[in-house]
Amino acid sequence: MQAKRQYPSKPDKVYFFGTCVIDLIYPDAGMAAIQLLEREGLEVIFPQDQSCCGQPAFNSGFPDEARKVAREQMRVFHRDYPIVVPSGSCAGMMRCHYPELFEGTELQAAAEKFGGRVFELTEFLTRVLQVKLEDFGAPMKVTWHSSCHALREMGVTEDSKSLLRQLKNVELVELQNEKECCGFGGTFSVKHPEISGSMARDKIDDIQATGAPVVISGDCACLLHITGAAEKLRRPLRGRHIAEFIWERTHD
Amino acid sequence: MIDQTAFNFKQNISKALGDRQLRANLKSAMDGLKAKRLNVFADDDELQQLRTLCNAIKKRALSRLPQLLEQLEEKCAQNGIQVHWAETTDAACRIVLDIMKQHGASRLLKGKSMVSEEMHLNQYLQKKGIEAIETDLGEFIIQLDGEPPSHIIVPAVHKNKDQIAKTFHEKIPGAPYTEVVEELNSIARKNLRQKFFEGQIGLSGVNFAVAETGTLCLVENEGNGRMCTTVPPVHIAVMGIEKVVERMEEIPPLLRLLTGSATGQLITTYVNMITSPRKPGEKDGPKEVHLVLLDNGRSKILADAELRQTLYCIRCGTCLNHCPVYTRLGGHAYGFVYPGPIGEILTPQIEGLDVAGELATASTLCNACEEVCPVMIPIPRLIRRMRTESYAKNSSGTVKGHGYKANFLESTAWTVWAKMNTIPWLNSLNSRMLGLLGGLLPKAGPLKAWMSVRSKPKFAAKSLHQRVKERGVNRE
Amino acid sequence: MSNIRAAAGDGSEVPATACLPIATYGPQEKIDRLKSLMEAVKAEVHVVSKKDWPTAVKSVLRQRKLKTLLYAPETALGPELETAWQNDSEGLPELVVYEGEIESFKETLFQTDAAITTTVGAIAETGAVVLWPDSTEPRLMSLVPPVHIAVVESATIYNSFCEIIQTQSWPEKMPTNVILISGPSKTADIEMTLAFGVHGPKELIVFILK
Repeated sequence: MQAKRQYPSKPDKVYFFGTCVIDLIYPDAGMAAIQLLEREGLEVIFPQDQSCCGQPAFNSGFPDEARKVAREQMRVFHRDYPIVVPSGSCAGMMRCHYPELFEGTELQAAAEKFGGRVFELTEFLTRVLQVKLEDFGAPMKVTWHSSCHALREMGVTEDSKSLLRQLKNVELVELQNEKECCGFGGTFSVKHPEISGSMARDKIDDIQATGAPVVISGDCACLLHITGAAEKLRRPLRGRHIAEFIWERTHD
Repeated sequence: MIDQTAFNFKQNISKALGDRQLRANLKSAMDGLKAKRLNVFADDDELQQLRTLCNAIKKRALSRLPQLLEQLEEKCAQNGIQVHWAETTDAACRIVLDIMKQHGASRLLKGKSMVSEEMHLNQYLQKKGIEAIETDLGEFIIQLDGEPPSHIIVPAVHKNKDQIAKTFHEKIPGAPYTEVVEELNSIARKNLRQKFFEGQIGLSGVNFAVAETGTLCLVENEGNGRMCTTVPPVHIAVMGIEKVVERMEEIPPLLRLLTGSATGQLITTYVNMITSPRKPGEKDGPKEVHLVLLDNGRSKILADAELRQTLYCIRCGTCLNHCPVYTRLGGHAYGFVYPGPIGEILTPQIEGLDVAGELATASTLCNACEEVCPVMIPIPRLIRRMRTESYAKNSSGTVKGHGYKANFLESTAWTVWAKMNTIPWLNSLNSRMLGLLGGLLPKAGPLKAWMSVRSKPKFAAKSLHQRVKERGVNRE
Repeated sequence: MSNIRAAAGDGSEVPATACLPIATYGPQEKIDRLKSLMEAVKAEVHVVSKKDWPTAVKSVLRQRKLKTLLYAPETALGPELETAWQNDSEGLPELVVYEGEIESFKETLFQTDAAITTTVGAIAETGAVVLWPDSTEPRLMSLVPPVHIAVVESATIYNSFCEIIQTQSWPEKMPTNVILISGPSKTADIEMTLAFGVHGPKELIVFILK
C-alpha cells in the first residue's frame, strides 16, 4: 500500500520492462504497450538483457535467487529513466518489494530509488502522459479484471478503468467481486491447483455474468490462468491485455 | 478434535472443496460479515487513523512486554486476582485442573476462548473426569457435534440452521426439531440457564488486559461470558501473554477496531471489565479470580523483530473473512486451532514448520488480509517468511522446524531459474526453445499440475525480445 | 518470564501513544445519538423528564405485566421508586430487594422478572450505558432477570468511551466490575441471523432523564 504518489512531468525517454510472461506468451501485448508509449512521442528503450522481476522465487521461499535476478534488473535498468511495466504484479514487485528484498544490505537505498522509478503502464499513461484516446473500434461490451497487486500494491485499478472509459464505443461492465483474487498466485497455481481452479471458476462465473465476451486486464499471468481455466471448462471466454486492446482500437 | 498427527492438508483441501453445502454456508456468512464491516468503517480516513494508532499501541506494548506483564501481575495481586504463569499448554491445563480439584469441582462453564482451544482444555479435562461445557451458542453447537471451531469469531459458521436443528434434536434430550433460529436459541438458553444456576467454576478468555489497573476486558454479545465470570464462585481467565496493553485509555480504540473488524459492530452488547474478585460487602461475583498467562511459544516469536508482528493480532478474524482461500475451505481444513491467514503464520511458529509449515502455502499473496488487518500485521510478508524458513537450512532459520522442506530438486530448479534470468544468452536461448518446442513439453511436474485445471500455455513463436529487435527499438 | 525478558528488548525506542481526538456532540445531539444507536440494536429508549420518571417507568412496566422488579433501595433511585409504588402499585410488579449474597439469593434472582439499575453515564459515540455495580447494586441485577431497566441522567452522557475514562479518572479507581451495555443480549451464531435474548436479558429499557 502506497502513500499518494507524486508524478513526474512527461519525460523524453522511458525504459520498458516487458515481464517474462509477456515475453514468452503474450508478446503482442508488449509490442502494443511500446507503441502506445511511442505514439505519445517518447523514445522507448528496451534493454535486451532484461529478464524477470524475480517475484516467482521471492514468493516461493527463495529470496536469495530472487535477489540475484532483481540485482540483475537493477543493473540493466541503471539510467535515471522511468521504468514502465505492463503488469501491476511485476511493477509491485519492483516498486514495493525490491526495497524489502535488499533491506539491510548496501543496495537498500539503490533499491528504494529504483522502486521510485517504476510505473505500471496504465498508471504511466494516465498520470504522467495524460493520454487522450480516440476509439475507432466497433461497439462492444467488456469487463475488467484487476490483479491483486495492481489493486492493493500499486493502487492503479482506477487508472486502468479510466482508459477503458475513454473508449467511446466500449461499454465497461464491472465485476461483482472485482476485488477478489482470481486464484493465480504464482507457484500457488501449481502447488494448490484445486483451490486455484475453484477460485478461477468463480471468477469466470463473475465475468460471464456481466455478459461481456471479453475480459480485459493489465496482468497477463491472471489472464493466462483465467482463460486457461475457461478453456479447460469449455466456457467461451477471451482475455486481452489492456495495452493490446487499446492499441487495436485507437490506431489508424 | 482433529487428529494433528495425521494432518494431511491436501486431503483436507479436497474434502472441503468437494463440500458444496460448506461453500454455500461460508459464502453467505463471509459476504455478510464483510459488508457489515465496511458499513461500520464508512469513513476510511478515520479507519486508517485508528489502524495506525492501534498498530503503535501493540508495537509499544510488545516492546515493553516484560515490564507490562510484571505490572499486570503486581496490580492483579493488589486487587486480589491470583496470577499463574504457564510456559506450555500442558502447564496451563494443569493449573486449571488444580484449581478445579481444590474446589472439588466436576464441571467447568466456559465462555468463548481461543486460548482454551489452543490448550485443548476440554479434552484434557474430559480425560480427568471433568465436564467442560461451552456456553457461547456457536461453541455449544459444535461441542454437541464434537467438532472444533471453524472460525475464530463465528465457531459454527460452517453449519446451516437445518444442520443445527438436526443436532439439537438428536443431542439435547427433549429438544423438538425446529429450524426457527429464535426457537433454537431458546433451546440453548433454557439448557444452559440451569447450568449457570448450578455453576461451580467459570472460565473465560481475555480480549485485553490493562497493566496499569490490572483489569481484564472481555467483549461479547450473548451474556454467557458475564454469566461464566459472575455467577460461579470461582472464575479462571486464560490469556496469551501478548494480550496485555499498557493503559486504560488504549482500550477504546482497540475495542472499536476489534468489534468493527470482527462483526461490523460499533460496540458489542457487553464490554465486561473485571478488576477484582468479590470484595467484602459485595453480594455477588466470584470469590476467587485466577489469571493464567500462557506463553506457548510466544516469547520465541517475540524475540524476532519481524515475526513479533504476529503477536499484534487481536483475534478479530477479519483476515479469515477476506481470504479467498479460507472462504472456500473453512477452518477445519487448516487442521489446527487458528485457521486462515493469521493461522498460516501463527500455527507454524507455535507448532513448528515441520508440523504445520504447509499452511503457509495456502495463500495467493493477494494481500486482502493485510489490507483489512486492524493492527496492520504484514501477513503476506510473514507468509513469505514462513515459506523461506521452510527451505532454510541450519544457520539461516529461526522458526522451529525450519528447513523441513529443503530438497535438492526444488533448490536446483530455482538455482537454474536464477541463472536463466541473470545470464542473457541463456535467457534468450530458453525463450527461443520454448517458442519452437514449447508445445512438446511433457505433461509432468508443475505443468501437469497447471494442466489439471487449465489448458496448456501456448508459447509465442517469437518472444518479445525478438519482436523488439526486429522492430528496431533502442535496446541499449 | 526470563524468556520473555530476553526476547522483548527494553522498548525505549517506541513512543507512547495517545487517544484519538474525541468527537464532540451538543447536549441534544448526545441524547439523540445515544437513543438512535441503542434502538438500532433493539434497546427501548425513553427520554423523560427528571421530575416524573417513575411515572414513565410505571407505564412501561404496566404494559408488560411482570410479577417482580428487583431494585436497589440504597441508590438514588430507590426511595423515589418506593414512593411511587406506595402511591399506586396497581398492575405493577412487586418491588424486590437483593437480600444477602448470591449464594442465598440465587433461587429468587433466577426467578425475578426484571431489574432496574443506575448507571454512571453513557457513551454517545458508540451507544452504550455504563454500569458500575457495587455493594448496594450487585452485578447480576443487570444480567440474570429477562428485563433490565437502566436509568441515565442526560448530563452524564459522554462523547466517547475515552472521555468517560479520562473524566471519571477510571485508572485510579477501577471497581470490581465495570460493564458497558449497548442492548439486549443477542447472537448471530446461527447462519448470521440476528436473534435477541440468548443468555442475558431479552429486553433492555433505557430511561434518559432530562
